[in-house]
Amino acid sequence: MTSPAAGWARDWDEDGLDTDEMVINMGPQHPATHGVLRLELRTDGEVVRGARPHIGYLHRCFEKHAENVDYPGVMPYADRMDYVASMGNTLGFALTVEQLMGIDPSPYVQTIRVLMAELQRIASHAVAVGTYTMDIGAFTPFLHLLRDREKILDLFEWTCGARLLYNYNWVGGVSHDLPDGFIRAARDFLREFDSVTFPELLDLIIHNKIFVKRLANVGVCAPELAISYDLTGPNLRGSGVPRDLRKDAPYSSYQQYDFDVAVGVGQYGPVGSCFDRNWVRVVEMRESSKIVHQALDRLEAMEKADVHETVPKRVKPPKGEVYGRSEAPRGQLGFYLVSDGGIMPYRLKVKSPCFTAMSAFHHLAKGMMIADVIALIGSLDIVLGEIDR
Amino acid sequence: MDAEEIHHILVQRFGDAIASATLDAATPFAVVAAHRLLDVASFLRHDHALAFDNLMCLSGVDYPKETPPRLEVVYHLFSHFHFQTFALKVHLPRENPSVASVESLWGVANWHEREAWDLFGIVFTGHSDLRRILLPDDWQGHPLRKDWQDPDYYNGMHVKPTAQMMDRVLQGERIGVGPFDFTPPNRDLEPS
Repeated sequence: MTSPAAGWARDWDEDGLDTDEMVINMGPQHPATHGVLRLELRTDGEVVRGARPHIGYLHRCFEKHAENVDYPGVMPYADRMDYVASMGNTLGFALTVEQLMGIDPSPYVQTIRVLMAELQRIASHAVAVGTYTMDIGAFTPFLHLLRDREKILDLFEWTCGARLLYNYNWVGGVSHDLPDGFIRAARDFLREFDSVTFPELLDLIIHNKIFVKRLANVGVCAPELAISYDLTGPNLRGSGVPRDLRKDAPYSSYQQYDFDVAVGVGQYGPVGSCFDRNWVRVVEMRESSKIVHQALDRLEAMEKADVHETVPKRVKPPKGEVYGRSEAPRGQLGFYLVSDGGIMPYRLKVKSPCFTAMSAFHHLAKGMMIADVIALIGSLDIVLGEIDR
Repeated sequence: MDAEEIHHILVQRFGDAIASATLDAATPFAVVAAHRLLDVASFLRHDHALAFDNLMCLSGVDYPKETPPRLEVVYHLFSHFHFQTFALKVHLPRENPSVASVESLWGVANWHEREAWDLFGIVFTGHSDLRRILLPDDWQGHPLRKDWQDPDYYNGMHVKPTAQMMDRVLQGERIGVGPFDFTPPNRDLEPS
Protein backbone atom coordinates (compact mmCIF):
# COMPACT_ATOMS: atom_id res chain seq x y z
CA MET A 1 0.00 0.00 0.00
CA THR A 2 3.01 2.30 0.15
CA SER A 3 3.00 4.62 -2.79
CA PRO A 4 6.50 5.34 -4.09
CA ALA A 5 5.20 8.43 -5.86
CA ALA A 6 4.22 10.08 -2.61
CA GLY A 7 7.36 12.10 -2.04
CA TRP A 8 5.90 13.87 0.93
CA ALA A 9 6.05 10.68 3.02
CA ARG A 10 9.12 10.67 5.21
CA ASP A 11 10.66 7.27 5.73
CA TRP A 12 12.78 7.80 8.79
CA ASP A 13 12.87 10.26 11.61
CA GLU A 14 16.07 12.19 12.32
CA ASP A 15 17.23 9.73 14.96
CA GLY A 16 16.45 6.80 12.71
CA LEU A 17 14.37 5.03 15.34
CA ASP A 18 10.89 5.57 13.92
CA THR A 19 8.91 2.83 12.33
CA ASP A 20 8.26 3.08 8.64
CA GLU A 21 5.67 5.57 7.58
CA MET A 22 3.10 4.35 5.18
CA VAL A 23 0.77 6.16 2.82
CA ILE A 24 -2.69 4.71 2.83
CA ASN A 25 -5.45 5.65 0.43
CA MET A 26 -8.82 5.70 2.10
CA GLY A 27 -11.51 5.92 -0.52
CA PRO A 28 -12.83 6.96 -2.98
CA GLN A 29 -14.95 3.82 -2.61
CA HIS A 30 -15.06 3.60 1.14
CA PRO A 31 -18.37 3.23 2.98
CA ALA A 32 -17.43 5.65 5.73
CA THR A 33 -16.40 8.55 3.53
CA HIS A 34 -20.06 9.41 2.83
CA GLY A 35 -19.62 9.57 -0.91
CA VAL A 36 -16.61 9.57 -3.15
CA LEU A 37 -13.89 11.17 -1.10
CA ARG A 38 -10.29 10.03 -1.22
CA LEU A 39 -8.09 10.58 1.80
CA GLU A 40 -4.36 10.18 1.47
CA LEU A 41 -3.22 9.31 4.98
CA ARG A 42 0.42 9.29 6.02
CA THR A 43 0.45 6.86 8.90
CA ASP A 44 2.93 5.74 11.49
CA GLY A 45 1.46 2.47 12.70
CA GLU A 46 -2.07 3.41 13.71
CA VAL A 47 -1.32 7.10 14.11
CA VAL A 48 -2.11 9.54 11.32
CA ARG A 49 0.82 11.90 10.78
CA GLY A 50 -0.73 13.80 7.92
CA ALA A 51 -3.81 13.75 5.74
CA ARG A 52 -4.59 15.12 2.33
CA PRO A 53 -8.18 15.00 1.10
CA HIS A 54 -8.69 14.67 -2.64
CA ILE A 55 -12.06 15.86 -3.88
CA GLY A 56 -13.64 16.37 -7.28
CA TYR A 57 -14.83 12.84 -8.04
CA LEU A 58 -18.41 14.11 -8.14
CA HIS A 59 -17.77 17.38 -9.97
CA ARG A 60 -20.73 18.10 -12.24
CA CYS A 61 -19.85 21.64 -13.36
CA PHE A 62 -22.74 23.26 -11.49
CA GLU A 63 -21.30 26.74 -11.87
CA LYS A 64 -20.68 26.31 -15.61
CA HIS A 65 -24.16 24.87 -16.14
CA ALA A 66 -25.70 27.75 -14.20
CA GLU A 67 -24.20 30.23 -16.66
CA ASN A 68 -25.97 28.49 -19.54
CA VAL A 69 -29.54 28.03 -18.28
CA ASP A 70 -32.10 30.56 -17.12
CA TYR A 71 -32.79 31.16 -13.44
CA PRO A 72 -35.68 28.70 -13.00
CA GLY A 73 -33.49 26.17 -14.81
CA VAL A 74 -30.77 26.54 -12.19
CA MET A 75 -33.13 25.29 -9.47
CA PRO A 76 -32.98 21.57 -10.32
CA TYR A 77 -29.18 21.77 -10.48
CA ALA A 78 -29.13 23.50 -7.09
CA ASP A 79 -31.31 20.67 -5.77
CA ARG A 80 -28.63 18.20 -6.71
CA MET A 81 -25.79 19.85 -4.80
CA ASP A 82 -26.63 18.71 -1.29
CA TYR A 83 -28.91 15.85 -2.20
CA VAL A 84 -29.63 14.98 1.43
CA ALA A 85 -31.12 18.41 2.10
CA SER A 86 -32.38 19.77 -1.19
CA MET A 87 -34.91 22.19 0.29
CA GLY A 88 -32.10 24.19 1.89
CA ASN A 89 -30.23 24.64 -1.39
CA THR A 90 -33.15 25.88 -3.43
CA LEU A 91 -34.29 28.14 -0.61
CA GLY A 92 -30.86 29.74 -0.51
CA PHE A 93 -30.79 30.29 -4.25
CA ALA A 94 -34.36 31.62 -4.36
CA LEU A 95 -33.59 34.08 -1.54
CA THR A 96 -30.47 35.29 -3.35
CA VAL A 97 -32.28 35.99 -6.61
CA GLU A 98 -35.18 37.59 -4.76
CA GLN A 99 -32.75 39.87 -2.96
CA LEU A 100 -31.39 41.07 -6.28
CA MET A 101 -34.84 41.47 -7.84
CA GLY A 102 -36.45 43.05 -4.77
CA ILE A 103 -39.19 40.46 -4.49
CA ASP A 104 -40.81 39.98 -1.10
CA PRO A 105 -42.99 36.85 -1.01
CA SER A 106 -46.20 36.86 0.99
CA PRO A 107 -46.20 35.75 4.65
CA TYR A 108 -48.04 32.58 3.58
CA VAL A 109 -45.23 31.57 1.24
CA GLN A 110 -42.59 32.50 3.79
CA THR A 111 -44.28 30.32 6.40
CA ILE A 112 -44.45 27.37 4.03
CA ARG A 113 -40.77 27.84 3.24
CA VAL A 114 -39.84 27.86 6.91
CA LEU A 115 -42.00 24.80 7.50
CA MET A 116 -40.34 22.89 4.67
CA ALA A 117 -36.83 24.03 5.52
CA GLU A 118 -37.19 22.89 9.12
CA LEU A 119 -38.74 19.55 8.20
CA GLN A 120 -35.81 19.12 5.85
CA ARG A 121 -33.41 20.00 8.65
CA ILE A 122 -34.89 17.23 10.81
CA ALA A 123 -34.65 14.78 7.91
CA SER A 124 -31.09 15.81 7.11
CA HIS A 125 -29.88 15.60 10.70
CA ALA A 126 -31.59 12.23 10.96
CA VAL A 127 -29.32 10.95 8.22
CA ALA A 128 -26.30 12.70 9.67
CA VAL A 129 -26.74 11.32 13.17
CA GLY A 130 -28.02 7.95 12.00
CA THR A 131 -25.19 7.18 9.61
CA TYR A 132 -22.75 8.54 12.15
CA THR A 133 -23.78 6.04 14.77
CA MET A 134 -23.48 3.36 12.14
CA ASP A 135 -19.96 4.54 11.28
CA ILE A 136 -18.84 4.03 14.84
CA GLY A 137 -20.61 0.74 15.35
CA ALA A 138 -24.23 1.14 16.43
CA PHE A 139 -26.95 0.01 14.08
CA THR A 140 -30.24 0.57 15.91
CA PRO A 141 -30.38 4.40 16.00
CA PHE A 142 -29.91 4.42 12.23
CA LEU A 143 -33.06 2.37 11.73
CA HIS A 144 -35.09 4.49 14.13
CA LEU A 145 -34.02 7.72 12.46
CA LEU A 146 -34.47 6.51 8.90
CA ARG A 147 -37.98 5.39 9.85
CA ASP A 148 -38.82 8.96 10.81
CA ARG A 149 -37.04 10.45 7.84
CA GLU A 150 -39.25 8.33 5.59
CA LYS A 151 -42.30 9.98 7.12
CA ILE A 152 -40.95 13.43 6.34
CA LEU A 153 -40.15 12.38 2.79
CA ASP A 154 -43.71 11.10 2.48
CA LEU A 155 -44.96 14.54 3.47
CA PHE A 156 -42.74 16.12 0.82
CA GLU A 157 -43.85 13.64 -1.79
CA TRP A 158 -47.45 14.37 -0.97
CA THR A 159 -46.82 18.09 -1.42
CA CYS A 160 -44.71 18.28 -4.54
CA GLY A 161 -44.43 14.77 -5.93
CA ALA A 162 -40.75 14.19 -5.28
CA ARG A 163 -39.05 12.45 -2.43
CA LEU A 164 -35.48 13.72 -2.66
CA LEU A 165 -35.01 16.38 -5.33
CA TYR A 166 -38.00 18.65 -5.03
CA ASN A 167 -37.53 21.76 -7.19
CA TYR A 168 -40.00 23.13 -4.65
CA ASN A 169 -38.75 26.64 -3.90
CA TRP A 170 -39.16 28.94 -6.86
CA VAL A 171 -37.95 32.48 -7.30
CA GLY A 172 -40.80 34.42 -5.70
CA GLY A 173 -42.80 31.49 -4.37
CA VAL A 174 -43.08 27.75 -4.07
CA SER A 175 -44.21 25.26 -6.70
CA HIS A 176 -47.24 23.77 -4.94
CA ASP A 177 -49.56 24.82 -2.17
CA LEU A 178 -49.83 22.45 0.79
CA PRO A 179 -52.39 19.70 0.16
CA ASP A 180 -55.52 19.50 2.32
CA GLY A 181 -54.82 17.61 5.49
CA PHE A 182 -51.10 18.33 5.42
CA ILE A 183 -51.16 20.23 8.70
CA ARG A 184 -52.84 17.38 10.52
CA ALA A 185 -50.47 14.80 9.06
CA ALA A 186 -47.48 16.93 9.97
CA ARG A 187 -48.77 17.26 13.51
CA ASP A 188 -49.20 13.50 13.74
CA PHE A 189 -45.62 13.07 12.66
CA LEU A 190 -44.33 15.65 15.12
CA ARG A 191 -46.26 14.12 18.00
CA GLU A 192 -44.58 10.82 17.33
CA PHE A 193 -41.19 12.41 16.82
CA ASP A 194 -41.35 14.45 20.01
CA SER A 195 -42.72 11.73 22.22
CA VAL A 196 -41.07 8.61 20.82
CA THR A 197 -38.10 9.17 18.50
CA PHE A 198 -36.44 12.03 20.28
CA PRO A 199 -36.41 10.44 23.77
CA GLU A 200 -35.23 7.22 22.13
CA LEU A 201 -32.47 9.16 20.48
CA LEU A 202 -31.32 10.62 23.76
CA ASP A 203 -31.32 7.19 25.37
CA LEU A 204 -29.59 5.43 22.51
CA ILE A 205 -26.97 8.04 21.68
CA ILE A 206 -26.56 11.09 23.84
CA HIS A 207 -26.88 9.42 27.26
CA ASN A 208 -25.15 6.29 26.09
CA LYS A 209 -21.88 5.78 27.93
CA ILE A 210 -20.26 3.95 25.03
CA PHE A 211 -21.05 6.77 22.63
CA VAL A 212 -19.84 9.45 25.02
CA LYS A 213 -16.62 7.68 25.92
CA ARG A 214 -15.90 7.03 22.27
CA LEU A 215 -16.25 10.61 21.11
CA ALA A 216 -15.95 13.14 23.91
CA ASN A 217 -12.19 13.61 23.41
CA VAL A 218 -11.90 12.97 19.70
CA GLY A 219 -11.51 15.50 16.89
CA VAL A 220 -11.43 18.64 18.98
CA CYS A 221 -11.78 21.79 16.88
CA ALA A 222 -10.86 25.04 18.62
CA PRO A 223 -13.13 28.02 17.91
CA GLU A 224 -10.25 30.00 16.36
CA LEU A 225 -9.53 27.18 13.95
CA ALA A 226 -13.23 26.83 13.16
CA ILE A 227 -13.53 30.53 12.32
CA SER A 228 -10.29 30.64 10.34
CA TYR A 229 -11.44 27.70 8.22
CA ASP A 230 -14.95 29.11 7.94
CA LEU A 231 -16.70 26.17 9.55
CA THR A 232 -20.37 27.04 9.84
CA GLY A 233 -23.61 25.58 11.08
CA PRO A 234 -23.49 22.70 13.57
CA ASN A 235 -19.72 22.36 13.17
CA LEU A 236 -19.12 25.93 14.32
CA ARG A 237 -21.75 25.79 17.04
CA GLY A 238 -20.22 22.53 18.23
CA SER A 239 -17.04 24.51 18.86
CA GLY A 240 -18.98 26.81 21.17
CA VAL A 241 -19.53 29.77 18.83
CA PRO A 242 -23.20 30.75 18.93
CA ARG A 243 -23.72 31.78 15.31
CA ASP A 244 -26.91 30.97 13.49
CA LEU A 245 -28.12 33.03 10.53
CA ARG A 246 -31.70 32.32 11.50
CA LYS A 247 -31.03 34.48 14.58
CA ASP A 248 -28.24 36.77 13.38
CA ALA A 249 -29.57 37.81 9.98
CA PRO A 250 -33.09 36.42 9.82
CA TYR A 251 -34.67 35.67 6.45
CA SER A 252 -38.16 34.39 5.65
CA SER A 253 -39.44 35.92 8.93
CA TYR A 254 -37.38 33.61 11.14
CA GLN A 255 -37.28 36.41 13.74
CA GLN A 256 -40.94 35.71 14.53
CA TYR A 257 -40.27 32.17 15.68
CA ASP A 258 -39.29 31.20 19.19
CA PHE A 259 -36.40 28.76 19.28
CA ASP A 260 -32.99 28.34 20.85
CA VAL A 261 -29.63 28.01 19.15
CA ALA A 262 -27.89 24.83 20.21
CA VAL A 263 -24.27 25.49 21.16
CA GLY A 264 -21.74 22.90 22.21
CA VAL A 265 -20.75 23.17 25.87
CA GLY A 266 -18.47 20.17 26.26
CA GLN A 267 -20.35 18.25 28.96
CA TYR A 268 -17.94 15.34 28.90
CA GLY A 269 -14.71 16.75 27.50
CA PRO A 270 -13.21 19.67 25.62
CA VAL A 271 -15.58 21.89 23.65
CA GLY A 272 -15.60 21.19 19.93
CA SER A 273 -15.24 17.43 20.03
CA CYS A 274 -17.05 15.02 17.76
CA PHE A 275 -19.54 14.47 20.54
CA ASP A 276 -20.38 18.18 20.72
CA ARG A 277 -21.00 18.45 17.00
CA ASN A 278 -23.38 15.54 17.17
CA TRP A 279 -25.04 16.77 20.31
CA VAL A 280 -25.73 20.07 18.54
CA ARG A 281 -27.39 18.20 15.65
CA VAL A 282 -29.57 16.18 17.98
CA VAL A 283 -30.68 19.26 19.93
CA GLU A 284 -31.30 21.12 16.67
CA MET A 285 -33.78 18.45 15.67
CA ARG A 286 -35.84 19.31 18.73
CA GLU A 287 -35.56 23.04 18.03
CA SER A 288 -36.61 22.50 14.42
CA SER A 289 -39.58 20.55 15.68
CA LYS A 290 -40.51 23.59 17.80
CA ILE A 291 -40.29 25.84 14.74
CA VAL A 292 -42.41 23.46 12.67
CA HIS A 293 -45.08 23.48 15.39
CA GLN A 294 -45.16 27.28 15.31
CA ALA A 295 -45.23 27.39 11.53
CA LEU A 296 -48.20 25.01 11.53
CA ASP A 297 -49.97 27.21 14.09
CA ARG A 298 -49.43 30.23 11.87
CA LEU A 299 -50.66 28.41 8.78
CA GLU A 300 -53.82 27.38 10.59
CA ALA A 301 -54.53 30.98 11.55
CA MET A 302 -53.79 32.25 8.03
CA GLU A 303 -55.97 32.56 4.98
CA LYS A 304 -54.78 30.36 2.14
CA ALA A 305 -53.10 32.49 -0.50
CA ASP A 306 -51.82 32.01 -4.01
CA VAL A 307 -48.30 30.62 -3.74
CA HIS A 308 -47.47 31.86 -7.25
CA GLU A 309 -48.58 35.41 -6.56
CA THR A 310 -45.10 36.96 -6.54
CA VAL A 311 -43.51 34.57 -9.03
CA PRO A 312 -42.28 36.79 -11.87
CA LYS A 313 -43.30 35.85 -15.41
CA ARG A 314 -39.69 36.20 -16.49
CA VAL A 315 -36.92 35.98 -13.96
CA LYS A 316 -34.63 38.75 -15.16
CA PRO A 317 -32.76 40.45 -12.33
CA PRO A 318 -31.29 43.90 -12.93
CA LYS A 319 -27.58 44.32 -13.52
CA GLY A 320 -25.76 43.93 -10.26
CA GLU A 321 -24.36 41.44 -7.83
CA VAL A 322 -25.27 40.07 -4.45
CA TYR A 323 -23.90 37.60 -1.93
CA GLY A 324 -26.85 35.74 -0.40
CA ARG A 325 -26.50 33.55 2.67
CA SER A 326 -28.85 31.14 4.34
CA GLU A 327 -28.60 28.58 7.09
CA ALA A 328 -28.79 25.21 5.37
CA PRO A 329 -28.75 22.08 7.59
CA ARG A 330 -25.00 21.72 7.06
CA GLY A 331 -24.13 25.35 7.65
CA GLN A 332 -24.05 28.65 5.85
CA LEU A 333 -24.77 28.20 2.20
CA GLY A 334 -23.61 31.21 0.21
CA PHE A 335 -24.46 32.17 -3.36
CA TYR A 336 -22.43 34.89 -5.05
CA LEU A 337 -24.58 35.92 -7.97
CA VAL A 338 -23.49 38.35 -10.68
CA SER A 339 -26.19 39.40 -13.10
CA ASP A 340 -25.65 41.24 -16.36
CA GLY A 341 -29.35 41.97 -16.74
CA GLY A 342 -30.00 38.87 -18.82
CA ILE A 343 -32.14 35.82 -18.18
CA MET A 344 -29.12 33.67 -17.25
CA PRO A 345 -26.72 34.26 -14.36
CA TYR A 346 -23.47 35.83 -15.51
CA ARG A 347 -21.62 34.10 -12.69
CA LEU A 348 -22.83 31.98 -9.82
CA LYS A 349 -20.37 30.87 -7.20
CA VAL A 350 -21.48 28.60 -4.40
CA LYS A 351 -19.85 28.71 -0.99
CA SER A 352 -20.59 25.26 0.26
CA PRO A 353 -20.39 24.63 4.02
CA CYS A 354 -19.09 21.10 3.48
CA PHE A 355 -16.29 22.39 1.23
CA THR A 356 -14.97 24.68 3.94
CA ALA A 357 -15.39 22.04 6.63
CA MET A 358 -13.37 19.61 4.56
CA SER A 359 -10.61 22.19 4.05
CA ALA A 360 -9.88 22.06 7.79
CA PHE A 361 -9.68 18.29 7.76
CA HIS A 362 -5.88 18.00 7.59
CA HIS A 363 -5.57 20.08 10.76
CA LEU A 364 -8.11 18.05 12.68
CA ALA A 365 -6.86 14.65 11.54
CA LYS A 366 -3.22 15.18 12.45
CA GLY A 367 -2.17 12.93 15.32
CA MET A 368 -5.35 10.88 15.32
CA MET A 369 -5.75 7.13 15.24
CA ILE A 370 -7.01 5.77 11.93
CA ALA A 371 -10.24 4.59 13.53
CA ASP A 372 -10.87 8.12 14.79
CA VAL A 373 -10.58 9.51 11.26
CA ILE A 374 -13.84 7.73 10.49
CA ALA A 375 -15.42 9.35 13.53
CA LEU A 376 -14.12 12.75 12.43
CA ILE A 377 -15.43 12.57 8.86
CA GLY A 378 -18.87 11.57 10.10
CA SER A 379 -19.00 14.32 12.70
CA LEU A 380 -18.27 16.99 10.08
CA ASP A 381 -21.34 15.72 8.23
CA ILE A 382 -20.11 16.22 4.69
CA VAL A 383 -22.06 15.55 1.52
CA LEU A 384 -19.74 15.15 -1.43
CA GLY A 385 -22.33 16.35 -3.89
CA GLU A 386 -22.06 19.76 -2.32
CA ILE A 387 -18.28 19.77 -1.96
CA ASP A 388 -17.69 18.90 -5.60
CA ARG A 389 -20.76 20.64 -7.03
CA MET B 1 -19.99 50.38 11.40
CA ASP B 2 -21.44 50.63 7.92
CA ALA B 3 -19.74 50.18 4.58
CA GLU B 4 -19.08 53.90 4.10
CA GLU B 5 -17.15 54.14 7.34
CA ILE B 6 -15.09 51.08 6.49
CA HIS B 7 -14.35 52.55 3.09
CA HIS B 8 -13.40 55.87 4.70
CA ILE B 9 -10.94 54.13 7.04
CA LEU B 10 -9.39 52.23 4.14
CA VAL B 11 -9.01 55.34 1.97
CA GLN B 12 -7.44 57.27 4.83
CA ARG B 13 -4.91 54.55 5.45
CA PHE B 14 -4.16 53.27 1.97
CA GLY B 15 -4.97 56.24 -0.27
CA ASP B 16 -4.60 55.36 -3.93
CA ALA B 17 -4.55 51.62 -3.30
CA ILE B 18 -8.34 51.78 -2.94
CA ALA B 19 -9.19 52.37 -6.58
CA SER B 20 -12.96 52.67 -6.34
CA ALA B 21 -15.91 51.49 -4.31
CA THR B 22 -19.59 50.68 -4.75
CA LEU B 23 -21.23 51.20 -1.39
CA ASP B 24 -24.94 51.37 -2.27
CA ALA B 25 -25.07 47.86 -3.74
CA ALA B 26 -26.77 44.95 -2.00
CA THR B 27 -23.31 43.77 -1.03
CA PRO B 28 -20.97 46.79 -0.80
CA PHE B 29 -17.42 46.37 -2.02
CA ALA B 30 -14.18 48.25 -2.58
CA VAL B 31 -11.74 47.65 -5.42
CA VAL B 32 -8.14 47.32 -4.30
CA ALA B 33 -4.99 47.60 -6.38
CA ALA B 34 -3.70 44.06 -6.80
CA HIS B 35 -0.18 44.74 -5.50
CA ARG B 36 -1.54 46.11 -2.20
CA LEU B 37 -4.14 43.41 -1.61
CA LEU B 38 -2.24 41.58 1.11
CA ASP B 39 -1.65 44.82 3.06
CA VAL B 40 -5.31 45.84 2.90
CA ALA B 41 -6.56 42.35 3.73
CA SER B 42 -4.12 42.05 6.61
CA PHE B 43 -5.30 45.41 7.98
CA LEU B 44 -8.95 44.36 7.73
CA ARG B 45 -8.14 41.09 9.45
CA HIS B 46 -6.08 42.44 12.34
CA ASP B 47 -7.42 45.94 13.06
CA HIS B 48 -9.49 45.88 16.25
CA ALA B 49 -12.21 48.14 14.95
CA LEU B 50 -12.72 45.97 11.85
CA ALA B 51 -11.56 42.46 12.81
CA PHE B 52 -12.79 40.60 9.73
CA ASP B 53 -11.85 37.18 11.01
CA ASN B 54 -13.96 35.17 8.60
CA LEU B 55 -13.51 34.84 4.84
CA MET B 56 -16.99 33.77 3.76
CA CYS B 57 -16.31 33.35 0.10
CA LEU B 58 -13.58 33.86 -2.47
CA SER B 59 -14.72 33.88 -6.07
CA GLY B 60 -13.17 34.45 -9.44
CA VAL B 61 -15.17 36.22 -12.15
CA ASP B 62 -14.25 36.66 -15.80
CA TYR B 63 -15.12 39.87 -17.69
CA PRO B 64 -13.69 39.50 -21.20
CA LYS B 65 -15.95 42.17 -22.72
CA GLU B 66 -15.07 45.00 -20.34
CA THR B 67 -12.43 47.53 -21.34
CA PRO B 68 -9.82 46.54 -20.51
CA PRO B 69 -10.74 42.83 -20.30
CA ARG B 70 -10.17 41.58 -16.78
CA LEU B 71 -10.47 38.84 -14.25
CA GLU B 72 -11.77 39.67 -10.80
CA VAL B 73 -11.19 38.03 -7.47
CA VAL B 74 -13.88 38.83 -4.92
CA TYR B 75 -13.36 38.39 -1.18
CA HIS B 76 -16.47 38.38 0.99
CA LEU B 77 -15.57 39.07 4.60
CA PHE B 78 -17.46 38.78 7.85
CA SER B 79 -16.51 39.86 11.35
CA HIS B 80 -17.60 37.66 14.21
CA PHE B 81 -16.76 40.46 16.65
CA HIS B 82 -18.73 43.27 15.07
CA PHE B 83 -21.27 41.39 12.96
CA GLN B 84 -20.45 43.27 9.81
CA THR B 85 -19.77 42.26 6.26
CA PHE B 86 -17.64 43.81 3.55
CA ALA B 87 -16.22 42.75 0.23
CA LEU B 88 -12.94 43.42 -1.54
CA LYS B 89 -12.22 43.06 -5.23
CA VAL B 90 -9.04 43.01 -7.21
CA HIS B 91 -8.85 43.45 -10.97
CA LEU B 92 -6.33 41.31 -12.80
CA PRO B 93 -5.33 41.13 -16.48
CA ARG B 94 -6.62 38.09 -18.35
CA GLU B 95 -3.09 37.16 -19.44
CA ASN B 96 -0.92 35.87 -16.60
CA PRO B 97 -3.22 36.94 -13.75
CA SER B 98 -1.46 36.82 -10.43
CA VAL B 99 -2.26 38.11 -6.95
CA ALA B 100 -0.91 37.48 -3.45
CA SER B 101 -2.42 34.58 -1.53
CA VAL B 102 -4.36 35.41 1.63
CA GLU B 103 -3.93 31.91 3.00
CA SER B 104 -1.85 33.25 5.90
CA LEU B 105 -4.82 35.35 7.09
CA TRP B 106 -7.69 32.95 6.57
CA GLY B 107 -7.02 29.22 6.41
CA VAL B 108 -10.04 28.56 4.26
CA ALA B 109 -8.49 30.63 1.46
CA ASN B 110 -6.26 27.66 0.68
CA TRP B 111 -9.01 25.63 -0.98
CA HIS B 112 -10.89 28.60 -2.39
CA GLU B 113 -7.73 29.79 -4.13
CA ARG B 114 -7.03 26.34 -5.47
CA GLU B 115 -10.54 26.39 -6.92
CA ALA B 116 -9.98 29.81 -8.52
CA TRP B 117 -6.71 28.55 -10.01
CA ASP B 118 -8.40 25.41 -11.25
CA LEU B 119 -11.37 27.07 -12.92
CA PHE B 120 -9.98 30.50 -13.89
CA GLY B 121 -6.21 30.08 -14.02
CA ILE B 122 -5.52 32.79 -11.45
CA VAL B 123 -2.11 32.31 -9.85
CA PHE B 124 -1.92 33.05 -6.13
CA THR B 125 1.67 33.83 -5.23
CA GLY B 126 2.80 32.50 -1.88
CA HIS B 127 0.19 29.73 -1.87
CA SER B 128 1.49 26.61 -0.16
CA ASP B 129 -0.05 24.02 -2.46
CA LEU B 130 -1.50 25.43 -5.67
CA ARG B 131 -2.90 22.34 -7.38
CA ARG B 132 -6.11 21.63 -9.23
CA ILE B 133 -8.88 20.72 -6.83
CA LEU B 134 -12.14 19.94 -8.63
CA LEU B 135 -10.88 18.91 -12.07
CA PRO B 136 -8.50 16.02 -12.80
CA ASP B 137 -4.80 16.77 -12.46
CA ASP B 138 -4.20 16.25 -16.20
CA TRP B 139 -6.94 18.63 -17.31
CA GLN B 140 -5.89 21.34 -19.76
CA GLY B 141 -7.27 24.86 -19.47
CA HIS B 142 -9.59 26.70 -17.13
CA PRO B 143 -13.25 26.06 -17.96
CA LEU B 144 -15.06 28.87 -16.14
CA ARG B 145 -13.48 31.47 -18.39
CA LYS B 146 -16.04 32.84 -20.77
CA ASP B 147 -14.04 31.97 -23.89
CA TRP B 148 -13.70 28.31 -22.90
CA GLN B 149 -14.15 25.79 -25.68
CA ASP B 150 -14.79 22.16 -24.81
CA PRO B 151 -11.91 19.98 -26.01
CA ASP B 152 -12.67 17.32 -28.62
CA TYR B 153 -10.77 14.62 -26.78
CA TYR B 154 -9.93 13.92 -23.18
CA ASN B 155 -7.45 11.08 -22.68
CA GLY B 156 -8.44 9.62 -26.04
CA MET B 157 -12.17 9.78 -25.38
CA HIS B 158 -14.57 11.89 -27.42
CA VAL B 159 -15.90 14.67 -25.19
CA LYS B 160 -18.70 15.70 -27.52
CA PRO B 161 -19.74 14.28 -30.88
CA THR B 162 -18.40 16.13 -33.89
CA ALA B 163 -20.47 16.87 -36.99
CA GLN B 164 -18.79 13.99 -38.83
CA MET B 165 -19.62 11.62 -35.99
CA MET B 166 -23.24 12.77 -36.04
CA ASP B 167 -23.36 12.10 -39.80
CA ARG B 168 -22.09 8.60 -39.25
CA VAL B 169 -24.69 8.06 -36.52
CA LEU B 170 -27.46 9.33 -38.80
CA GLN B 171 -26.36 6.85 -41.45
CA GLY B 172 -26.99 4.06 -39.02
CA GLU B 173 -23.49 3.40 -37.78
CA ARG B 174 -23.17 2.76 -34.09
CA ILE B 175 -20.10 4.51 -32.73
CA GLY B 176 -18.63 4.99 -29.32
CA VAL B 177 -20.91 2.55 -27.55
CA GLY B 178 -18.84 -0.62 -27.62
CA PRO B 179 -19.96 -4.11 -28.63
CA PHE B 180 -23.22 -4.08 -26.68
CA ASP B 181 -26.34 -5.82 -27.89
CA PHE B 182 -29.35 -3.66 -27.22
CA THR B 183 -32.01 -6.09 -28.41
CA PRO B 184 -34.43 -6.80 -25.58
CA PRO B 185 -34.02 -10.29 -24.14
CA ASN B 186 -37.71 -11.20 -24.39
CA ARG B 187 -37.92 -10.42 -28.09
CA ASP B 188 -39.08 -13.91 -28.98
CA LEU B 189 -42.13 -13.52 -26.80
CA GLU B 190 -43.38 -10.46 -28.65
CA PRO B 191 -45.96 -11.04 -31.37
CA SER B 192 -44.29 -10.60 -34.73
